[in-house]
Amino acid sequence: MSFRLSLFAGVACAALGASVASAQSLVYCSEGSPEGFDPALYTAGTTFDASSHPIYNRLTEFKVGTTEVLPGLAESWTVSEDGKTVTFNLRKGVKFHSNANFTPTRDFNADDVIFSFDRQGNPDNPYNEVSGGTWEYFAGMSMPELVSSIEKVDDYTVKFNLTRPEAPFIANMAMDFASIVSKEYADAMMEAGTPEMLNQAPIGTGPFAFQAYQKDAVIRYLRNDAYWGDAAKVQSLIFAITPDASVRYQKVQAGECHVMAYPNPADVQAMKDAEDVVVMEQEGLNVGYLAYNTKVAPYDNPKVRKALNMAIDKQAIIDVVFQGSGQIAKNPIPPTMWSYNEAVEDDAYDPEAAKKMLADEGVSDLNLKIWAMPVQRPYNPNARRMAELMQEDFSKIGVNVEIVSYEWGEYLDRSKAEDRDGAVLLGWTGDNGDPDNFLAVLLGCDGVGASNRAQWCNEEFDEAINAAKVLPTQAERTPLYEKAQVIFKEQAPWATIAHSVVYMTMRPEVDGYVVHPLGGHIFNQVGLSQ
Amino acid sequence: MLNYVLSRLLTFVPTFIGVTLISFMFIRLLPGDPIIVMAGERGVSPERYAELSAQFGYDRPVYVQFFEYLTGVLQGDLGTSFVTKRPVWDEFFALFPATLELSICAMIFAVVLGLPAGVIAAVNRGKFFDRALMSTALVGYSMPIFWWALLLIIVFSGNLQWTPVSGRIDLLYYFPDPTGFMLIDSIASGQKGAFLSAVRHLLLPTIVLGTIPLAVIARQTRSAMLEVLGEDYIRTARSKGLSPGRINGIHALRNALIPVITVIGLSVGTLLAGAILTETIFSWPGIGKWMVDSIFRRDYPVVQGGLLLIAVMVMIVNLTVDMLYGVINPKIRKR
Repeated sequence: MSFRLSLFAGVACAALGASVASAQSLVYCSEGSPEGFDPALYTAGTTFDASSHPIYNRLTEFKVGTTEVLPGLAESWTVSEDGKTVTFNLRKGVKFHSNANFTPTRDFNADDVIFSFDRQGNPDNPYNEVSGGTWEYFAGMSMPELVSSIEKVDDYTVKFNLTRPEAPFIANMAMDFASIVSKEYADAMMEAGTPEMLNQAPIGTGPFAFQAYQKDAVIRYLRNDAYWGDAAKVQSLIFAITPDASVRYQKVQAGECHVMAYPNPADVQAMKDAEDVVVMEQEGLNVGYLAYNTKVAPYDNPKVRKALNMAIDKQAIIDVVFQGSGQIAKNPIPPTMWSYNEAVEDDAYDPEAAKKMLADEGVSDLNLKIWAMPVQRPYNPNARRMAELMQEDFSKIGVNVEIVSYEWGEYLDRSKAEDRDGAVLLGWTGDNGDPDNFLAVLLGCDGVGASNRAQWCNEEFDEAINAAKVLPTQAERTPLYEKAQVIFKEQAPWATIAHSVVYMTMRPEVDGYVVHPLGGHIFNQVGLSQ
Repeated sequence: MLNYVLSRLLTFVPTFIGVTLISFMFIRLLPGDPIIVMAGERGVSPERYAELSAQFGYDRPVYVQFFEYLTGVLQGDLGTSFVTKRPVWDEFFALFPATLELSICAMIFAVVLGLPAGVIAAVNRGKFFDRALMSTALVGYSMPIFWWALLLIIVFSGNLQWTPVSGRIDLLYYFPDPTGFMLIDSIASGQKGAFLSAVRHLLLPTIVLGTIPLAVIARQTRSAMLEVLGEDYIRTARSKGLSPGRINGIHALRNALIPVITVIGLSVGTLLAGAILTETIFSWPGIGKWMVDSIFRRDYPVVQGGLLLIAVMVMIVNLTVDMLYGVINPKIRKR
């Protein structure tokens, strides 16, 4: 049986009889195809939009529009005094979806939680290698080292034993890879010899149930009427996969879609002026930066780095590269994130002062390589152009810039080298709304030779972020992160360039859409007014 | 005729092996490692890298990998996509009908308009019709696809609202698609208006994709016709008093068709390989975009398997064209 046929057979829900979607269908013009529907297997935001947000829940959930963590499938949780045991009290009466091949016989319980994580970390779990599982996010968030065991206390209580106290753990549980799948469904599919159905015809507890996917064309969902939380406001949700941004906009205007993501920056002004569409905007949870190699002279001197930072005309970059859809970054974390230090002052754009500073440090005839990424990213829509602008800026202070680039995989790999020649343009998009996810990953001593592209290891900074990581409350952690941002600014391992602004374009009848700072497109509480 | 077909089929074998090798090597010659590309900014530790390399079999010598791949191909197993974790075979056949449907429509559009245009131009050589048709063909041939598609969308979908912007059918229609051909499945669904909706969705992509082949066919038909019209047997036919319609339509066109069929065959090959721009703009779920995405992601199994399947399709088309020569010109099949 072909994939299409088997998929269709697998998901032919009861609602198939009503084969024409109702008027209460929300159509989202999405930018690409999901890789699959089991979020733990993948890392792309497009995949999460289509899988974890509509179909699944997690133990904890991000409040849409914020990075605040709320109870999800866990009604509450307690953290032991030493911070190494987290106990989740699970919600009762939560129903899983059903499809043509599966009808759940029991409610969600502790077995599902344990299975959802065990399959990712335990090589002996029969699902560990199903669908070529590589569990990138699970590994990327250091879960194998962090979680020593998961215990079922009773049907509705689960205990996570950690190897060290880790404050961001609760937020990690709200991430897409931590979506809870049905163990009963997994067992049934394994028995039927079709374990990959867990990924292709997903069953979750979320506000929408998966109905069908036609590859690269359409994904359909139906409202989960047995949802434990606030029910979805539309009867069905449809993703019309539309890779071209101009075409997405045409579809919104023609009424073929209600909402679209990722408009062309050049079109945003025209969209704002148009009467028949609404444009929403919010700063993205990301940062684009230029990382010097602080292990190589003269960039091991903070004053040299500071002087270079002062020579960059960031406003010009925002205008030209981001075409206005960005804002100047002064800190390594975005302004929407808690503990963002407003008091930090950015280096003023002052080429004359920069030139003098370099001279004072005895630096002249400096040659600098700037690495420009070959790909487009939200935090840097055109790295080549950005590098050219910097080249011009640096030439004004007598620094000669050569722009280099590599194929993306090579770029990522080579830029990690501790003896790298040159400064690297790169960036980061947050995973869990926790400052640790930026500061420790990108600037911590452990990341040198890996994700810390500045190869920067500052004892005082590292102490602050490591101390903050094990404190239980945001109030206690905030001053430490604020201090870390001050040290960062003084030491200037990067030139912080920009945070992108995320735009969403929609028709006026769309009601209740909230732009989510973590980047997901979530339609659980979006309705259509008549 | 049988010998002719068999001799053509025999050429399949070395071509197939060659394509298998080239498609396997091609993606590996590109710089960039699939595991590092997959990990992105997040990066991957050396231990994890080694683990994943072993899991995907990339830690073994290339010749071993090739041998395993070839063994798999001969058994009908093209491997599993590195990204979607689904068999390449399933992915290809989920998408290929969309590409085939659009290609067939674009080819019909190009032939139905291109052949008469070429004949009319040839018969009216040097006159207004000839100049007008050939200038239009030149413009069509030079048109950037991307611009042409967006222009049509803005005019016909945006301003006039005659056609839908993109997709294969109105989203209100939802039915099983056992064949993958929307025109057939929409009729089979029995849903009122579904077929018409599918046709309306096909219009613009067909025009966009068919424009270049249309221009090529028109120009090729014209020059082939002009050559034939100067032959002695045409003069003889004229002197016998045959009507111009009969001369042009039967005596001349049939002989002019050989080079035209070659061009049609080559165009079909190109169309089947996936019309990446047309598919992207019209959100058409075909194999062109699938292949390009896979190259960017260094999805080795999809690129090598997809290339192989496309090559086989093109080989089949070429074989068909070769056999058509035989049908049109008996001298060829007797050679």
